[in-house]
Amino acid sequence: MALDRWIALILLGFCLIYGYTAWLTMDVGLAPFMKRNPIWPSTFPKILSVLGIITSLIILLGVEKSEQKVSDIDYRRLHEYKLGQAILLLCLMVVYALCLRPVGFIFSTSTFLIFGSIILGERKWYFVVPIALVATLFVWYLVQQVLGIYMRPFPGWLGG
Amino acid sequence: MLEGILLGLQTAFSIQMLLMVIGGCLIGTFIGMLPGLGPMSIIAIMIPVAISIGDPAAAIILLAGVYYGAIFGGSTSSILLNAPGVAGTVATSFDGYPMAKQGKAGKALTIAAIASFCGGTIGAVLLMIFAPALSSVALLFHSAEYFALMVVGLSAIAAFAGTGQIAKALLMTVFGLMLGTVGEGTMFSLPRFTMGVMDLQSGLSFVTLAMAMFALPEALFLVLNPPKAGSRKAEEIKNLRITREEAKSIAPVIARQSIQGFFIGVLPGAGATIASFLGYAVERNIATKDEQDQFGKGSIKGLAAPETANNAACTGSFVPLLTLGIPGSGTTAILLGALIALNVTPGPRLMIDEPQIFWAVIISMYIGNFVLLVLNLPLIPYIAKILAVPRNYLIPYILFFTLMGAYIGQNNATELLLLVGFGVCATALRFADYPLAPLLIGFILGGMLEDNFARSMQLYDGIAFVGQRPMTMVLLSIAILLILLPSVRSRRAQMRRKGVADGD
Repeated sequence: MALDRWIALILLGFCLIYGYTAWLTMDVGLAPFMKRNPIWPSTFPKILSVLGIITSLIILLGVEKSEQKVSDIDYRRLHEYKLGQAILLLCLMVVYALCLRPVGFIFSTSTFLIFGSIILGERKWYFVVPIALVATLFVWYLVQQVLGIYMRPFPGWLGG
Repeated sequence: MLEGILLGLQTAFSIQMLLMVIGGCLIGTFIGMLPGLGPMSIIAIMIPVAISIGDPAAAIILLAGVYYGAIFGGSTSSILLNAPGVAGTVATSFDGYPMAKQGKAGKALTIAAIASFCGGTIGAVLLMIFAPALSSVALLFHSAEYFALMVVGLSAIAAFAGTGQIAKALLMTVFGLMLGTVGEGTMFSLPRFTMGVMDLQSGLSFVTLAMAMFALPEALFLVLNPPKAGSRKAEEIKNLRITREEAKSIAPVIARQSIQGFFIGVLPGAGATIASFLGYAVERNIATKDEQDQFGKGSIKGLAAPETANNAACTGSFVPLLTLGIPGSGTTAILLGALIALNVTPGPRLMIDEPQIFWAVIISMYIGNFVLLVLNLPLIPYIAKILAVPRNYLIPYILFFTLMGAYIGQNNATELLLLVGFGVCATALRFADYPLAPLLIGFILGGMLEDNFARSMQLYDGIAFVGQRPMTMVLLSIAILLILLPSVRSRRAQMRRKGVADGD
C-alpha cells in the first residue's frame, strides 16, 4: 500500500474519533434551552466528520485514480536522504522548546544555533560560536527592545 | 474611485509606509532567493513582526512587499542557479538559466525585473477596476450566500488541485476545517476538542500552523536532500542593459500575459504557478517557428512570459481576498490570517469601513513594483551573495526563525512543541503528495464558514435557507459541480484509454 493510502487510513481513524466526539459525547452537557436551537455546537463538526470519512475512504479505496508521479521529494528514496541529521535537528528543536523558559533566551538560543551547525557537519568552531552569539544577542535586542516583547534572557536563578 | 486613490496615496506615501514597502521588498528578495523557501514561509516568518507593528495598513503593506520580493528573489535564483526558490518561478528557469549560461545573466535579470514590474503594475490597475465592482456586488450577499461562497472557494481550490489530487485536496480542506473547530468558537462559549488541555482553549494559533505547514517542511527538505545547485557557482552578473529590439519583441508578450495572468490569479486555487506555466505554454504556441525553436534555449520571450504572468497573478489573487474576504491561495490565506489578527476583516465592507487600508494596499503595489525595479535590480549582484552562505549555517537560522515566529505570537513554549509535531506531520503529508495549502485555507476560513452557517441556520430555523435563497442554491450547485466534473472527466478519459465505449 502506498504512503498516501496509509496516511488516508490514519486520517480516517482521526475522522472516526472526531466523529465519535461530535456525534456521541459533545451534546451530553448541552443546556436544555440550547437544544431548542436549530444549530448546536456539534452540528458543524458532525458534518465535517462525515465529509472527512467519505474523502479519506475515497483515497483509501483508490476510487480516484491518480497517476504515480515521482517528484524531487520521494519517500521511496528516504534511505538516500540525510535522515539522521533531520531527526537530530527535530530533537534539538524539542529540547530548545523545553529549555527556552527555564534556561533563558540567550543561553538556549546560542546553544541551539551552535549545535544546529554541528549536527549539519560544520566543524569550524571559531566561526560557528561567534556568529551564533552575535545573532542571538541581535535577535534578543530586536525582540525585546524594538518589538517590545519580553524574553527572559538568563535563567531565573541568575535574576533574568 | 478618485477619492479612494487619493486616500491611498496619502496613506502609502508616508515615510513609515514607504519604509515598509522598501523593507518588505528587500527582505522578500533576500529570503526568496534561498532555494526551497517560498513566499508562504517567508510571510509566515514575518507575521509576528507585522502584527507587532499594530497598524493594519502598515502590516499588510509590509507583507505584500515581502510577497513581491519573494517572487522576484525566486526568479533570481531560478535564473542564476536553475534552483527556483518558489514554485511560481519554475517556468522562469526554462529560459532564464540558459541565458545565464550564455553569459547573459544581467540581461535575463533585467528582463525578469521589467516583466515583473509590468505584470504587477498592470495587475494593480486591473485590481483597481475590478475590486470595487466586485465588492459592490458582494455587499448584497447575506450570511447564507457567504457560507455558500466560501464552500465554492474551498471546492474550487480542491478542483484546481490537478488530476488525481482532488480527493486529497478535499481531505486536507476538511482536515483544516476540523483543526479550526478546536477551542472555543465565537458562536458558542463551549470548548470543543481541547482534550482538557488548557493551552488549546483559545484554539490553535494560525501562525504556528502556517510555520508548521510551510516553513518547517521546507527547511527539513533542505536538510534531507540538499539542493545540488547550491554547490554550483552563480554566474557572474554584468551588463544589465537590454536593447530596443529586445524591448519591442517582449512588449506584446508582457501585455498579453499581464491580463491572462491576472485573471488566472483571481481564480481560487490557481495562482502564480499555473499562471506562469500557462503563460509560457501560450507564448510558445503563438510564437513563430524560429522563435519556438529558441524556447528553452534562452528565449527572451520565454523568460518574459512566466515572469509577467506570475506577478500579475499575485496581484490578481488579492481580488477575492480584499473584496470577498476569501483567500484563493496559501499566501493570501496567511495574509488574511494576519489581517484578522490585527482586527481587520477583509470583505466587501473593507472598502467602506477602512478605505485607507484597501487603497493603501493597492497603491503600495505600484510602489512595491517600482522599488523592485529601481532598488532591487541594481542591488541584485550584492543580494545574490546570500546564495554563497553555506547550508550548515543557514538551516539552523531558518529553523530558529520558524521557532521564534511561533513563540513571539503566543509567548508560550507549548506552541513550539505543537510546531514541531505539526511540522513532522506536514512533512509526512508532503512526502505522500498531499497539498498543504488547502489545509491552511480551510483552517483560516473554518471559523467564518461556521459562523455564517450558524447564522443562516438560526435565521431560517434550519437548513431551509438553502432552498429559500436561490443564490445560495446556485452557488452550492457550482461547488458540487466543481468537485464532480474533474473526477468524471478523468474517469471518462481513463475508460477511453482502456478502449471502453462512453456511456453517452
